[in-house]
Amino acid sequence: MSVATEDPPWARRLLVTLAILLGIAIFLAPLAAIFTEALRRGLAPALEAIAEPDALAAMRLTLLVAAIAVPVNAIGGVAASWAIAKFDFAGKRLLVTLIELPFAVSPVISGLVYVLIFGAQGWFGGWLREHDIQIIFALPGLVLATTFVTFPFVARTLLPLMQEQGREEEEAAATLGAGGLQTFFRVTLPNVKWALLGGILLCNARAMGEFGAVAVVSGHIRGATNTMPLHVEILYNEYMFVGAFAVASLLALLGLVTLGAKALLEYWTARPMGVEA
Amino acid sequence: MSATTALRSGSARRALPGLGLSLGVTLSWLGLIVLIPLAALVIKPWSLGLAGVTAVLMDDRVQAAFRLSFGAALLAAIISLPLGLLFAWVITRYRFPGRRLLDALVDLPFALPTAVAGLALTALFANNGWLGGPLAEAFGWQIAYRPVGVLIALIFVALPFMIRSVEPVLRDLTLEGEEAAATLGATRAQTLRRVVLPALAPALITGFGLGFGRAVGEYGSVIFIAGNMPMSTEIAPLLIVVKLEQYDDAGAAAVGLAMLVLAFVILLALNVLQRRLRRGRA
Amino acid sequence: MTVEIEAVTRDFGTAATPALRGVSMTLRQGEFVALLGPSGSGKTTLLRILAGLDFPDAGRVLIGGRDVAQVPARARNVGVVFQNYALFRHLTVFENVAFGLRVRPRAKRPDNAEIARRVQELLALVQIPELESRYPEQISGGQRQRVALARALAIEPQLLLLDEPFGALDALVRKEVRRWVRGLHDRLGITSILVTHDQEEAMEMADRVAVMEEGRIVQFDAPHSLLDAPASAFVASFVGDANRLTGSVNGGRLGIEGLGAFDADGLPDGRTDVFVRPDEVRVVPPREGLTPGIVEWSRQADRGRWKILVAVSEHRLEGYAEQPIERGAPCAVELQAMTVFGAQGERVSLSGRLAANSAMPGV
Repeated sequence: MSVATEDPPWARRLLVTLAILLGIAIFLAPLAAIFTEALRRGLAPALEAIAEPDALAAMRLTLLVAAIAVPVNAIGGVAASWAIAKFDFAGKRLLVTLIELPFAVSPVISGLVYVLIFGAQGWFGGWLREHDIQIIFALPGLVLATTFVTFPFVARTLLPLMQEQGREEEEAAATLGAGGLQTFFRVTLPNVKWALLGGILLCNARAMGEFGAVAVVSGHIRGATNTMPLHVEILYNEYMFVGAFAVASLLALLGLVTLGAKALLEYWTARPMGVEA
Repeated sequence: MSATTALRSGSARRALPGLGLSLGVTLSWLGLIVLIPLAALVIKPWSLGLAGVTAVLMDDRVQAAFRLSFGAALLAAIISLPLGLLFAWVITRYRFPGRRLLDALVDLPFALPTAVAGLALTALFANNGWLGGPLAEAFGWQIAYRPVGVLIALIFVALPFMIRSVEPVLRDLTLEGEEAAATLGATRAQTLRRVVLPALAPALITGFGLGFGRAVGEYGSVIFIAGNMPMSTEIAPLLIVVKLEQYDDAGAAAVGLAMLVLAFVILLALNVLQRRLRRGRA
Repeated sequence: MTVEIEAVTRDFGTAATPALRGVSMTLRQGEFVALLGPSGSGKTTLLRILAGLDFPDAGRVLIGGRDVAQVPARARNVGVVFQNYALFRHLTVFENVAFGLRVRPRAKRPDNAEIARRVQELLALVQIPELESRYPEQISGGQRQRVALARALAIEPQLLLLDEPFGALDALVRKEVRRWVRGLHDRLGITSILVTHDQEEAMEMADRVAVMEEGRIVQFDAPHSLLDAPASAFVASFVGDANRLTGSVNGGRLGIEGLGAFDADGLPDGRTDVFVRPDEVRVVPPREGLTPGIVEWSRQADRGRWKILVAVSEHRLEGYAEQPIERGAPCAVELQAMTVFGAQGERVSLSGRLAANSAMPGV
């Protein structure tokens, strides 16, 4: 850095100090608060809260919901990125905008839209009741709302990379006799595997931590339709603070592990991935 | 024309296979998960009729919730401007111990589930919390369960968008421009104001839009610290939940649709502003 | 394998003129042909159509006598060396070359031992057997080019397409690699098409050169014919070095401002483009009866030959002298031959006899 573009030392010190203090207050303190509150009465009560049957049921449900929503969005995201990056067709820009749309929608609305379709007063509400099919206040509703909220993650990490890589390698594969699936699995996929993994990790973290959207469609039935974040809310509302913060700690750990994995992937591939959601 | 002559235009044919399949998957996925449900949101409110929708939106409680949600989100985005600039500047331009940790911490609000963030902020800013306690004691400020609590939560949510929008631009901004300004006799302050800030303006607007968009719909981070008193600390997304609990689906949809439309209008205005800035430079 | 291209047209709809406007050409078995033209002249589009990576709006392409309109790229058996090589970055050199064999349908796929044998043979052929376990990013540009060539040859192509394959190489390596590729072609006898904008490359490597301009082939000929008998002013200016002048014909006499008048039977009256190769411009000390000029610079070209830039009234002419002439010194020029294109594109070559006798001061 040249002298001309250097800020005076007092300014640097002031700005750095300010940033560190604010960083601690805004970002570090909330994180520390979660673990501190969870361990307020020691480790044992926290562990008990996590091992409690309702908490375990919430964890199982969270895993199940993510296990369906994430693959759906991974497949959709890969298909969309392939189509947009490797071909020219009318309406491409509109398609990209529509794929990003769920990020611009409030999580509560993401849940609401499914209530409007499948709820008691919804478009298919009567039909579903006649056939005794439960979507809202049941697993399908949780999966749908979660899928909506985490919709763009994979496409968003893959698309810029695929566009940057262009079509030349795929074209070379075609001239060498490879078919569509061979080209995809032997050329395209290996080139984007780390970005795909990153996208899946981010998608998964959001899927497991989603609150607003699932709150609307869950119905809060303990042991049945409560995911981990909803379980946290219930415990908190019942003044079971240690339990609430203990389960919240698990979710916070999930977030930290995801951030760490993302940093590692970015380091390996020397390429930023972006986590904005 | 012989039978073997290409009858279709060359552009209608593709060298790489797989467009049909991938586009088919994409459109089904997009249509089933996003477009059809959003269509329901657009259609449902009108079962109340225009007068009914107007009545829902003109309701005092709804108006108060909208004022809080949009006001606090805009304010949070505005406060994020200098804060985001500070963090991005310090992270990209200076070397100091703990820089990498600070850089990583900034992503935390992205990765922390919203309910967890909400709980954490409430614990921090409650009257007996680490930050709320001293503030209450020293200044008599009450933060949790007040509109200012909503604002704090929304800043937490919006700030990382600002930082991560500005940071790459700041990093790519070569020092040459600043050096050139210095050789032309500009003071450091003039250089920052005339060279650096204009270059960052589009990114600042992007960060503002992203942060605002996220904040205005935010639910989990807010409801724990907000207190949720109608007419005072009740946010618009919560109102949707309340209406659903009262089996007022159409009313909930009307609130949801109004939120979306209002947010899009604001984001569109930002987009136009950004385009003006870009064109002005070109 | 023969290649016949018949009236191929391609319009992307993005530019003012179509990329290809009725291109026809026929390649003989085993021939090495260059497509030469400036960027945007349509040569890469034609190459992509041959490879099956793009498709004509009209016209047809026959490879080995078969219409390939309905044959997709992967079934054409056409080897392509891409401009930036398009090597698979996640595969080793060995696996890059083996790719075309591994993706064959099971019935036609060689076993692993056979693949290994074939790949090693090819890597030996392109003289990089030691690189088989490296990744593309770990080898040099010249080596990448050899890998791309080996990969294209692995499918035993009936036609080999080379898209500006030497562009990414530095000048020193380029010349050597050019000769080596041409030698390889002569050994293997695969019909080959080279796309290039470098006229020296085209002239040195190809049996015949197709010069392209704005989506058309303006001349398809042996290299020496392009030099001796350029079909148009564009070809004359694009191929080989030439001094370009303008003149006008009046009653069978061609006048060039400051250089005199020449007999030009067969050219109609009107404006003309005149090309004079530097080799045909003799620069001598001032002499009665020759056009006078002033030396702008001179440098030794070979033993006993000096390249000279002469200012003759408004013109700057490059020519050769058999002795050094100082900068700023007066001299005389003698034009020994010139190619003239009339207003309607008629070409007349004037030989030395005509040029020498007609210097007319004051015209």
